[in-house]
Amino acid sequence: MHSNKLEENKQRYLNPYFGGVLLGLLILLTIFITGRGLGASGSIKSAVVTTTNVIAPTHAQNNDYDKKFISDDHSPMYNWLVFESFGILLGGLLSGILFGRVKKFRIDKGPNITNKSRLIAAVIGGMLFGFGSQFGRGCTSGAALSGTATFAFGGLIVLLAIFGSAFLYAWFFRKLWI
Amino acid sequence: MGPLIPNGFITGDWDFVIAILLGIAFGFILEASGFSSSRNLAGVFYGYNFVVLRVFFTAMIVAMVGLLYFDYFGWLDLSKIFILPTFVWPMIVGGVIMGLGFIVGGFCPGTSFTAIAIGKLDGLVFTIGLYIGIFIFTESFPLFSDFYTSGDMGNPTLMDVTGISAPWIAFAFTFIALAVFWITMLIEKRVRKTTTAYKF
Repeated sequence: MHSNKLEENKQRYLNPYFGGVLLGLLILLTIFITGRGLGASGSIKSAVVTTTNVIAPTHAQNNDYDKKFISDDHSPMYNWLVFESFGILLGGLLSGILFGRVKKFRIDKGPNITNKSRLIAAVIGGMLFGFGSQFGRGCTSGAALSGTATFAFGGLIVLLAIFGSAFLYAWFFRKLWI
Repeated sequence: MGPLIPNGFITGDWDFVIAILLGIAFGFILEASGFSSSRNLAGVFYGYNFVVLRVFFTAMIVAMVGLLYFDYFGWLDLSKIFILPTFVWPMIVGGVIMGLGFIVGGFCPGTSFTAIAIGKLDGLVFTIGLYIGIFIFTESFPLFSDFYTSGDMGNPTLMDVTGISAPWIAFAFTFIALAVFWITMLIEKRVRKTTTAYKF
């Protein structure tokens, strides 16, 4: 009985080095086909620009940031990263089904905080990440990983800034995780 | 020959089909490696789980070395691939803000999408946060439009900046990655002895 429960709780993941090799080969394939790497935050940016452009078109077209991504012949949602991000969702679902991790809605959190605190932290963290990704010209996937992998100096700056600073903050936010 | 789309080997109509297929592979690898769990991701900052670092650095050196081989065999014209531009100050500030978002929110954008896919509400809420954060950025853009383009260096590579050749840079990254894998393996062993509240 006890061992059954343990078995149930044990998550089956790929060996991280094997997963890393697969991801590296995927980046290589993506660059070989499209000439650039993978990304994620760009799709949310497209969604934001689209919303603004639909609700308040004049406002969006007068915004120096929004208007960079608006064109007359197609919606900002008609964008490579939007389709790719939809794929990320499908691929995550596929893997989740295969490894038995697709379950009813639940919250992942450290042992010493409530669900409510976790969700508040998640929304604040998301806001900060989204805001910062626009200054960084991309997030962990587009700038830090694909950027550095293509030897871009800017990619390495973002990589070091994200991980370096997060290690410095970790002590202050330990209650959230351990 | 490559990159195929910029060189016209694949026409624009296939662009979005390819985007979805590559995205599926990306999402699959992230989820299967355990990136759909914020606790796995945050582990790297507390020493109880270094999966992020292992996957990330392995992927980076495989892609780097692979690009050099593709170039050497003449399969890929490296002058035609996208090099991320460098804006020194906004990139440092953006990275430092993203780092805070990472430790507070427990995800980064791509990983939060895979978390949603398997039913994690914290992943969903994080993604809503991303949307709000980017909306705040776009609406307040006039306040920092000058800062946004400060430290503009164009699109330099690490070779341009350091004067070291690409193979040696790839070698250095590989060497550092291997050293880090070994050190973090030792750290993880020690920390896991004292961590009980987490299922590995």
